[in-house]
Amino acid sequence: MRIPLSWLREWADLPADATPEALHAALVRVGFEEETVHGGDLSGPVVVGEVLELAEEPQKNGKTIRWCSVRVAPDGQRAADGGEAVRGIVCGARNFLVGDKVVVTLPGTVLPGPFPIAARKTYGHVSDGMIASGRELGLSDEHEGILRLTELGLDPEVGTDAIRLLGLDDAAVEINVTPDRGYALSIRGIAREYGASTGAAFRDPADAVTPPDETDTGSVPVTLEDAAPIRGRDGCAVFVTRVVRGIDPAARVPGWLAARLRLAGIRSISLAVDITNYVMLELGQPLHGYDLARLDGGLAVRRAKPGERLVTLDGQERLLDPEDLVIADGAGAVGLAGVMGGERTELSTGTTDVVIEAANFDPVSIGRTARRHRLPSEASRRFERGVDPAVARAAAERAVQLLVELAGGTAEPGQTWIDRSLPPAPVDLPAGAVLARTGAAISDAETHQALTVLGCRLERNGSDLVVTPPTWRPDLKERVDLVEEVVRVVGYDRIPSVLPVAPAGRGLTRAQRLRRGVGLVLAANGGVEVQSYPVVSAEQQDAFAPGPSMRIANPLDATAPLLRRSVLPGLLDALRRNRGRGLVDLALYEHGIVFRPLDGAQHGTAELPPIAQRPPAELLARLRDDLPAQPWSVGAVLAGERVAKQPGAPAVPTDWTDAIEAARWIAAAVGAELRTRQAVHPGFHPGRTAELLVEGVSVGVAGELHPDLTADVPGRVAAVEIDLDALIAAAPASITARPIPSVPAATQDLSLVVAEAVAAGDVLDAVREGAGPLLEAIDLVDDYRGPGLPEGTKSLTFALRFRAEDRTLTAAEATAAKEQGVLLATARTGARLRE
Amino acid sequence: MGARAGEGAAAPSLDLGTVSGAPSIDQAEVDAAVDAALQAVAAAATSADLKAARIAHTGEASPLARLNARLRDLPGPEKPAAGKLVGGARGRVNGAVAAREAQLLEVERAARLEAERVDVTAAPVRHRPGARHPLTLVRERVEDVFVAMGWEIAEGPELEHEWFNFDALNIDPDHPARSPQDTLFVEPEGAHLVMRTQTSPVQVRSLLDRGAPLYVLGPGRVYRTDEIDATHLPVFNQFEGIAIDRGLTMAHLRGTLEHLARLLFGEAARIRLRPNFFPFTEPSAEMDVWHPTIKGGARWIEWGGCGMVHPNVLRAAGLDPEEFQGFAFGLGIERTLQFAEGLTDMRDMIEGDVRFSRQWGLTVK
Repeated sequence: MRIPLSWLREWADLPADATPEALHAALVRVGFEEETVHGGDLSGPVVVGEVLELAEEPQKNGKTIRWCSVRVAPDGQRAADGGEAVRGIVCGARNFLVGDKVVVTLPGTVLPGPFPIAARKTYGHVSDGMIASGRELGLSDEHEGILRLTELGLDPEVGTDAIRLLGLDDAAVEINVTPDRGYALSIRGIAREYGASTGAAFRDPADAVTPPDETDTGSVPVTLEDAAPIRGRDGCAVFVTRVVRGIDPAARVPGWLAARLRLAGIRSISLAVDITNYVMLELGQPLHGYDLARLDGGLAVRRAKPGERLVTLDGQERLLDPEDLVIADGAGAVGLAGVMGGERTELSTGTTDVVIEAANFDPVSIGRTARRHRLPSEASRRFERGVDPAVARAAAERAVQLLVELAGGTAEPGQTWIDRSLPPAPVDLPAGAVLARTGAAISDAETHQALTVLGCRLERNGSDLVVTPPTWRPDLKERVDLVEEVVRVVGYDRIPSVLPVAPAGRGLTRAQRLRRGVGLVLAANGGVEVQSYPVVSAEQQDAFAPGPSMRIANPLDATAPLLRRSVLPGLLDALRRNRGRGLVDLALYEHGIVFRPLDGAQHGTAELPPIAQRPPAELLARLRDDLPAQPWSVGAVLAGERVAKQPGAPAVPTDWTDAIEAARWIAAAVGAELRTRQAVHPGFHPGRTAELLVEGVSVGVAGELHPDLTADVPGRVAAVEIDLDALIAAAPASITARPIPSVPAATQDLSLVVAEAVAAGDVLDAVREGAGPLLEAIDLVDDYRGPGLPEGTKSLTFALRFRAEDRTLTAAEATAAKEQGVLLATARTGARLRE
Repeated sequence: MGARAGEGAAAPSLDLGTVSGAPSIDQAEVDAAVDAALQAVAAAATSADLKAARIAHTGEASPLARLNARLRDLPGPEKPAAGKLVGGARGRVNGAVAAREAQLLEVERAARLEAERVDVTAAPVRHRPGARHPLTLVRERVEDVFVAMGWEIAEGPELEHEWFNFDALNIDPDHPARSPQDTLFVEPEGAHLVMRTQTSPVQVRSLLDRGAPLYVLGPGRVYRTDEIDATHLPVFNQFEGIAIDRGLTMAHLRGTLEHLARLLFGEAARIRLRPNFFPFTEPSAEMDVWHPTIKGGARWIEWGGCGMVHPNVLRAAGLDPEEFQGFAFGLGIERTLQFAEGLTDMRDMIEGDVRFSRQWGLTVK
């Protein structure tokens, strides 16, 4: 919403020296965010001049300039800049004649930009000022030629201050109006708010006219018939029509009106249309004008018929929806109510008899229609946010007055006025309610004053106030709404600062603590965290985590509509982006939510319960729980060199072992012991992939990514992904600490020969299990294949450490335990001792 | 071998000079042997030199050894004095050898260590620490502030039921934010599933799960249909805070935010509230923070939205708004990081360029 200062000043007492900045500050205080300032950035001696003579002078560059003699002050007087009354001015435009009145910016002028004007030598002359175009003055986008005042219907005295003449001394502040405050999309509403903010006197422009009281004396009868109210609300509550006959189609738009519309950001169209827009801006009531001659009988407000079509003012033919509210005459729809009028009955250059419509439509109905037809308009914006149902007649009257006054029309005395609006319901405001909700000590007098200035009617009921909100404030529905109004007007700076004392809390949950640890361990071990968008393409999903997927109906990127089941695609995108920037040795990790719907499960509910009430328990449980599983996942991708080549050390390329290592860090971070098992997994190398297990539960996968999927990345790309929720659930929640025996250990080595296909981990597990509790530690230290072994076998060497808790073991005891281990390994894996 | 008057006077062996035909042991002879030995020890430059000197001057064929051997032949009365003389001489020499040995060992150890000198500036980097994302660091920092106040951290689903995201928050079914222009809807149509547009659904879930009193911070990712640019991301992170109790007012809202601002931005930080509108709070406020230490000079910065939780939100959770009331606020984590660190382009936060996170490293500064 843009507010020209001169316009606001008509209805509120602005200080004479009020600046746009001061106005912004006053409005911000009562809740209007400041946007920007328009206009008011032209200063200096800008005057009306008369072209006395001109000589065309062709130039070497192919241009022809005009060397003009221009009178800028009446004979015998000095010009506004103190100089001569007749000036020599060079002008590049050629759209003017001797005798034209033009706008001259004399030296000392500063044009918006800022562009200062000075006398300067050009094309062999001293140009003592400039003849201005509409664009240079900020009046229009017209820059083909200079501004001829005759074209605006103006013939002022030479030397007249053109800034004032053209309204260029006015500025408009632009503010953002929140959607609950439709009334503020008007000069009327803003003037009232300015008064509330500053204490300045306010005059209601709606009170400045006296509309008739008649209901059915107009010559355009109206019927309201809503066969299908939306959400139980009739589409139209108020409808007023007035008629003005015999307007002059050639009447010009006066400069002041054009200037205000321009500052308010509304394009000037024709006098009659401009008047309806002007009144809308002033009173907040959208108006629509019909050409009476093109109307077929009276008007009806109804829902559109199936298949009904309408050509709107913008020339588009639209297929109407049966939910659209339309205005119709005998021949069909003539407008989308509250959104846009129809072409057939629009005001045109030949219109002489005008029907003015001032109506009040249901916000929901108008909002739906505007969105359905992608037709946001000044009118629909206001109706969606709520228009004062009591201002319709005043707005119609004001438009009629202006059509009579400016367009030479004659007002018909009659009026059609249907009013089904409901009066605002009173709201109780108990004493102390403001303090209890805001903590601000605001006196009864201040509360009274604040609500009164906003237009509320107050009565006392004991110590409580009974507040009847004004007709333009449908948003004031309950006590808290009034509390906000009081503290808003009195000032949010009155709210003190008090730190509340919460009951003792339980701190972070176990999962929250452990997730933090996972991130820290990965980063401490070289991982760099990234946060990628959790949406993927179908190809990415299928490559790494095929399965049922949730799909966004209106994705930001049509190629990536699926919610990720894995963090790996996003990590690979980041890997490639880094590589594209010359960063090739990478260990990236991410932890975040993945989306894992169950196969065939129905998520969501068909029901959508209403606002402001707790749904029944059964439904509430489904609302809360019928969602796809959204577990936390942690993943990493590793590529390039793990250790770079450097003095005394060769480069170490990343490989599958780095992924297993990262998995071990992740497990260690949550205190879990990780087992691995040879596995096959989508997106991974079929022979270099491990399933990750904790306490027998599969929690993830690690290994080398399938070379086909990473062919663009030199070397091998390793990756790990773990379901963090599953990992944390499987990890022991407590440890069993035991005294540490200080008796000596017995260490032995063990070499076992097994078939090459046997997993070392299986052999190790068997030895550990067989050797029993005396075996304190076991590590795989060698994997030998080659001469001395039967074809197709390998020799695995383990380092064993035995210890009893209470005594020094003998070599024989250790050996006996080892032999038990070998026995089990032989039974399970066919292992035999290497000779 | 001139007798040294001083030493001679003090040495009883002077009288032992010529007692019998057996070769007596005189001071001068002993002194000569000792002097020679000390010279040789002092001249030894290496452990090997010293070993040779020791053998030459204290070994079997050395003058001192021969003197020692002669003790046996001395007449009985002379033996004690002469023995003492020779023993003292051996002691002096052995002492000198030991001292020199220690010296030489020290020099040699120093030389050996010097020979092991490396260029420490060329130490290989085997293991370079990585970095956590600054959004994670900011998130943890803020979580810690609230946990310290007794609040708890709550999380909710990112794919949310429409009721939690809108209706339970008093957002009218026809509110424009509920259109596909602003909200990402999830198939199938009619199942009322959306990507949450705010972390506020956590408010309602927490109220339903935990009831009141409630002091909860809900950090997490939210989704909008915003075009991506330097100050907008379609997927970003928020904190939603909600406190519901008996007697909480907007003053407590201000106090809580001011406490957070002071811990994040310095003691001089302040909170300013400006009236605004949100369907789920009444009164509602836009919140600015006075940032006393920001690059470019202390100033007010728009930080987020807040207000007193609307009675309809409490009703949706089955609470009586006459008994309980409280406040809620929402802060953008990206925005907080952006102004706190003077970052010009939010896109750096989502591209995953390792140089970005590496600026922060492992911990909250």
